Amino acid sequence: MQTAIKYLPLLLLALGWELTARLHLVDSSALPSLTNVGAAWVDLIRDGELIDNGAASLYRAAAGLAFAIVIGGGLGLAMARFKLLDIFINPLVELFYPLPKSALIPVTVLWLGFGNGSKILLIFLGCMIPVTIGAYNGARGSDHALVWSARSMGAGRLRMMWDVIMPSALPEILNGIRTALALAFILLVSSELIVAQKGLGYLIGYLGASGAYEGMFAVVLTVALLGFVADRAYQMLMRRVLQWRD
Amino acid sequence: MARLIPVLVLAAAWEAFARSGAVTPFMLPPLTAVLDRIWNDALFGDLAINTGLTLYRALAGFAIAAGAGIVLGFAMARSALARWFFDPIISVGFPMPKIAFLPVIMLWLGLYDVSKISIVVFDAIFPVVTATLGGIASVEKELLWSARNMGANERQLMWQIVLPAALPQILTGLQVALPISLIVAIVAEMAMGGYGLGGAMMSASRFADSRGVFAGIVEIAIVGYVLIKAMALIRRRLLAWHQETAEHS
Repeated sequence: MQTAIKYLPLLLLALGWELTARLHLVDSSALPSLTNVGAAWVDLIRDGELIDNGAASLYRAAAGLAFAIVIGGGLGLAMARFKLLDIFINPLVELFYPLPKSALIPVTVLWLGFGNGSKILLIFLGCMIPVTIGAYNGARGSDHALVWSARSMGAGRLRMMWDVIMPSALPEILNGIRTALALAFILLVSSELIVAQKGLGYLIGYLGASGAYEGMFAVVLTVALLGFVADRAYQMLMRRVLQWRD
Repeated sequence: MARLIPVLVLAAAWEAFARSGAVTPFMLPPLTAVLDRIWNDALFGDLAINTGLTLYRALAGFAIAAGAGIVLGFAMARSALARWFFDPIISVGFPMPKIAFLPVIMLWLGLYDVSKISIVVFDAIFPVVTATLGGIASVEKELLWSARNMGANERQLMWQIVLPAALPQILTGLQVALPISLIVAIVAEMAMGGYGLGGAMMSASRFADSRGVFAGIVEIAIVGYVLIKAMALIRRRLLAWHQETAEHS
């Protein structure tokens, strides 16, 4: 009941949309009714277009994000442990941090073309920095007393990394990954909207260009919802993973 | 001065790597060639037109998002009805990739400045609203009580107590919104074409003009850097009275 009242405004918004379209307050090509959008969504699922293009998009996002987490996280941890690496890489991270990553879309297209490669590279480059910064800050903040006692108990470098530094850096790493997750969706959709032959962003542009506005709205809402659900699911996962902390 | 060293090292590394023969000039043109291109664009006036248009779209959108976002944040803090209505919309909308709505906005408003500015507003308003709400919520109760005790009316309370006390957080929200504004303007230009830094970069990419693409990256990086620095400067000016500023200087 409480949640029903809480989310009632969204329902009102949907009702308002439906009424505006049904009463022809605006042209039906500018705002198709929500029920028609729903029907178009079902059609897109049935003929497989939404699933094919969705799978292509999710593959790109997952691959780019996975590279960003492994390489970016590893780099951040290494920077926190090895002074020399820190001196070389840190200024570079600071330099690239404010550069808007979507500006790299034309460059990745120039290098790798219109397909999967350019999107995965873009997502990797864009998502790496928040993970690196999270891992770096997290690892530097790990308790010295813990590190010293682990060392005095004879822990080697790798063991120390895995058993002491990783767990204490985990909250910040996970926060960095949350930023990266949101960025992955943004970069994915922007790059697919601009240049692609497959993917949800491409499907939006294609349906819009061919005048299938019900379908276009259906895919836009799907993408927006996917981004929202991914963030919520990730937050729940994060709470589970961090349960052992007080 | 010390902050310039990494930039110079990177510039030298770029130049050396591009000239080493490890990559073709198409994959990575030498920095000097890219700078030469930027200089040429500047001489012919393209640079000023493209930068000006992009800045206009980004800053117009940012200004509207800032004004509307702060007003909405205050309205939500003051009125339970406004809060009830907008709270779920903000919390569902914030994590969404709002750039996906670009084709919808293009359908409604066409391919001109209005639609580019609108998508900027749509994307940049969320951090402003949440920061304003957070800032107002964290105003110390003692401040409000004592002001009320001394006979301040609601209007005075808002302008003289709540707004200044919430200002640091509001400015943080604006500092998040500003780079978003720039990048959304550029992405919209890339998608719609025409003049502007994003459009110029995209047409360079379509014609396989890699110098043009890298010139765009350098220009966007500089514009972004200048905007972020300017915003930090404004923050220091506006918060000159705040202890945060004293700690920094």
